[in-house]
Amino acid sequence: MIRFEKVSVTYEGAAGPAVRGVDLEIPEGELVLLVGPSGVGKSTVLGAVGGLVPHFTGGTLSGRVTVAGRDTRTHKPRELADVVGTVGQDPLSHFVTDTVEDELAYGMESLGLPPEVMRRRVEETLDLLGLAGLRGRPLAGLSGGQQQRVAIGSVLTPHPRVLVLDEPTSALDPAAAEEVLAVIQRLVHDLGTTVLMAEHRLERVVQYADRVALLPGPGAAVVVGTPAEVMAVSPVYPPVVGLGRLAGWSPLPLTVRDARRRAGRLRECLDGRDGNRSGRGTPAAAPSSASLPTALSSPSPPLPASAAPRRAGRRPLFRRGSGPAAPPLPAAAAQVAEVRGLAVRRGRVQALRRVDLTVGPGETVALMGRNGAGKSTLLGSLVGLVQPSSGSVRIGGAVPHRTPPRELVRRVGLVPQEPRDLLYADTVAAECAAADRDAEAARGTCRALVGELLPGVVDGTHPRDLSEGQRLALALAVVLTARPPLILLDEPTRGLDYAAKSRLIAHLRALAADGHAIVLATHDVELAAELAHRVVLLAEGEVIADGPTAEVVVSSPSFAPQVTKVLAPQRWLTVAQVKEALR
Amino acid sequence: MRDAGVHPGAWWLWALGLGTAATRTTNPLLLGLLLAVSAYVVTTCRPDAPWSRSYSAFLKLALAVLVVRLVFAVVLGSPVPGAHVIATLPEVPLPHWAQGIRLGGRVTAEGLLFAFYDGLKLAALLVCVGAANALASPTRLLKSLPGALYEMGVAVVVALTFAPNLVADVQRLRAARRLRGRPDRGVRGLLQVGLPVLEGALERSVALAAAMDARGYGRTADVPAGIRRTTAALTLGGLLGVCAGTYGLLTAEGEVYGLPVLLAGLAAALTGLWLGGRRTPRTRYRPDRWNGRACLVAASGAGVAALLTLAASADPAALHPGVVPLTAPVLPLWPAAAVLVGLLPAFVAPREPDAPEEPS
Repeated sequence: MIRFEKVSVTYEGAAGPAVRGVDLEIPEGELVLLVGPSGVGKSTVLGAVGGLVPHFTGGTLSGRVTVAGRDTRTHKPRELADVVGTVGQDPLSHFVTDTVEDELAYGMESLGLPPEVMRRRVEETLDLLGLAGLRGRPLAGLSGGQQQRVAIGSVLTPHPRVLVLDEPTSALDPAAAEEVLAVIQRLVHDLGTTVLMAEHRLERVVQYADRVALLPGPGAAVVVGTPAEVMAVSPVYPPVVGLGRLAGWSPLPLTVRDARRRAGRLRECLDGRDGNRSGRGTPAAAPSSASLPTALSSPSPPLPASAAPRRAGRRPLFRRGSGPAAPPLPAAAAQVAEVRGLAVRRGRVQALRRVDLTVGPGETVALMGRNGAGKSTLLGSLVGLVQPSSGSVRIGGAVPHRTPPRELVRRVGLVPQEPRDLLYADTVAAECAAADRDAEAARGTCRALVGELLPGVVDGTHPRDLSEGQRLALALAVVLTARPPLILLDEPTRGLDYAAKSRLIAHLRALAADGHAIVLATHDVELAAELAHRVVLLAEGEVIADGPTAEVVVSSPSFAPQVTKVLAPQRWLTVAQVKEALR
Repeated sequence: MRDAGVHPGAWWLWALGLGTAATRTTNPLLLGLLLAVSAYVVTTCRPDAPWSRSYSAFLKLALAVLVVRLVFAVVLGSPVPGAHVIATLPEVPLPHWAQGIRLGGRVTAEGLLFAFYDGLKLAALLVCVGAANALASPTRLLKSLPGALYEMGVAVVVALTFAPNLVADVQRLRAARRLRGRPDRGVRGLLQVGLPVLEGALERSVALAAAMDARGYGRTADVPAGIRRTTAALTLGGLLGVCAGTYGLLTAEGEVYGLPVLLAGLAAALTGLWLGGRRTPRTRYRPDRWNGRACLVAASGAGVAALLTLAASADPAALHPGVVPLTAPVLPLWPAAAVLVGLLPAFVAPREPDAPEEPS
């Protein structure tokens, strides 16, 4: 159905080809997952299927790409529209019309299908994607998951034989991601659609793939095989595979179910080395324990290295988080952020109601909840972008929305969802100089931070040319220049591969060990498991759970990380913890 | 609910009818009544969609126009002679060549009132356009364009969405300035975000173009070369004919050939458009139907326009209250009743059911 023959793509002005010598054949009805670290050309490969590369992006393509027998060199994207449906990373930039129903019909109108057929297919697609209740709604008012489903639906209605998806679940909460993936699976199984999909969050998708195509590095040859084969050699892999590699299981498990079946011996090995004794059966008896205090007292020596730095010297931490109504601790005076009874209205929507939250120095809090639960609004009100309609917010004693920005940067810094918003200058060096001026910091402060976070970045680089992860690091450096005691991050791992993510995690841990308080809004359960001391769950603007990560996360089927699910009822969160314990 | 809706063209005809009526009078009472009528219809009939919020934006724009007109009357003076001096501003002496322009000087009640009437007329016209925008999105109107013009229409609509997106970007980036510790208000802040905003808008436009192309925008059907050439010839020839005909009608010598040439040109151009439509294979999904309700809505607008035009020629004094000498305007009964005809859509058009509250 899709055939790549020795395809190389070189963009204008680039030193080398973005992808080189790709040979790939995808038969009809197969779901193929394209994986690889950031910047290896996954998007280029995806774009080449629909003809957008090189017709729209420019550059030169050598070799041949054929889709359903049509050569993309001689067929423009519009002439492939009836066989290929492409959905990019940002559904909003994909929409042409303004309501759900019109959007679903748009592609068919362009192809000139008869009105009766269009009518029938729109109804079918509305049902297939569960959008019937939203048919007349304006697109701009939908949640992220709904928008993603509409975007997929809009390319489905012309009944393309190939579906190309670039990171379809990255921006979605776990439940919405499941929804979208269920639809994709149904298309493959029921309609025989061929799907080529790229996704960084492998833990969500790898078990659905028939085959995996791995781009191991820039310019390297593609490795194609069954998911288990490819995961054994892939530089990027989900935690469940990491656990499988650690335990030496073969073939590698791809799902929690597979892994659990084999994990009996591992669980025995680990028994007694973690906090499972305190966890088993008596959660109430140990409300404050993350697994570690027990590990400390147990004879088997090492406490997980991953956890060690963040735990050091922060005893008050273990007492906090017994619930939103926790009485003020002795250390309460030193709280970095204090939110009491916060309510925020945005237009007709009550975005937050009666939210209480305290964050102490050195503490890392993860805000989780579905799209639109109020996470970003809460971060916005902590940094004074959003005015509370009632209740109070205090950041080290100051009221954020009344504090002049110049002063506020020294108290709290936010890295927004789109780090690019924070960057104005043409070069990294100019950006750093501006950050130093803004924060009234000594000259070179920001550059030094960039050097730490982003080794090897040249001064003259344009922020736009950085990769997603590098841009995030630059924005973080800009925010850190003022050394705010409270750092907020909104969805920091969107678009990051595992390597970039683990670098980010290391930085944030170091910051927390330094005494910075960190609050991050995220859908990434693995990130929360690795990093957060406390998890706060939001739903419809209310705090529905607030407690130590191990407790909140373990008890939730959708927010538990894979390692927790595999090793339950023991309380492990990450592969790194398990690795240390086994040593 | 879609089938029950009124054809967007009907809404635009209704609003344009009201707008035409507004240009026929300067009576502030009649204009006020006209505004009230349009506002009532908009609030009862508008759907719950982003574009329907544009009505308030148009109201603000109309108010700004009114204020600007008044400021001009104060600063630049008014040609209307007046005896009631409200204030005397210091007059700026201008050089000889700027004769006829005055800066400052006497501000008279008559001049101000005249400017107010005049501004109100313009404001009412703007509000009527706003009403059309709120009741029927321009995109919906687009669906009724002939096939050959459709793609041009899409380009225009995409260009129109550029502005609201730009405003949203500016707001987001100004908020981000606050995160950098820079003041988020003031002109300098606006200037500094200018470049990133434009870059972002450009990028989004390219992304949208790619998305549209990938979904088949601009596909053409194979049409025999003969028909293609005929289309081009008919369209070009027709447009030339229209130009020549209009010129003929406007000049004294061309009275004989003016009208026939104009009509022939128009016919040729329309045939060209119709033939051109065969090149695009587009079909329409659930096109809006022109039904009885649409007729009533359009007719009520046209009725208001026709009646007020009639009234303006029958009784100009009532529709254009004098300002010299100052008189209180009176509400002429029959024209007022005619304006109320414009309320008809509020009763015939179906109300959009409230969208169910769903978290988004």
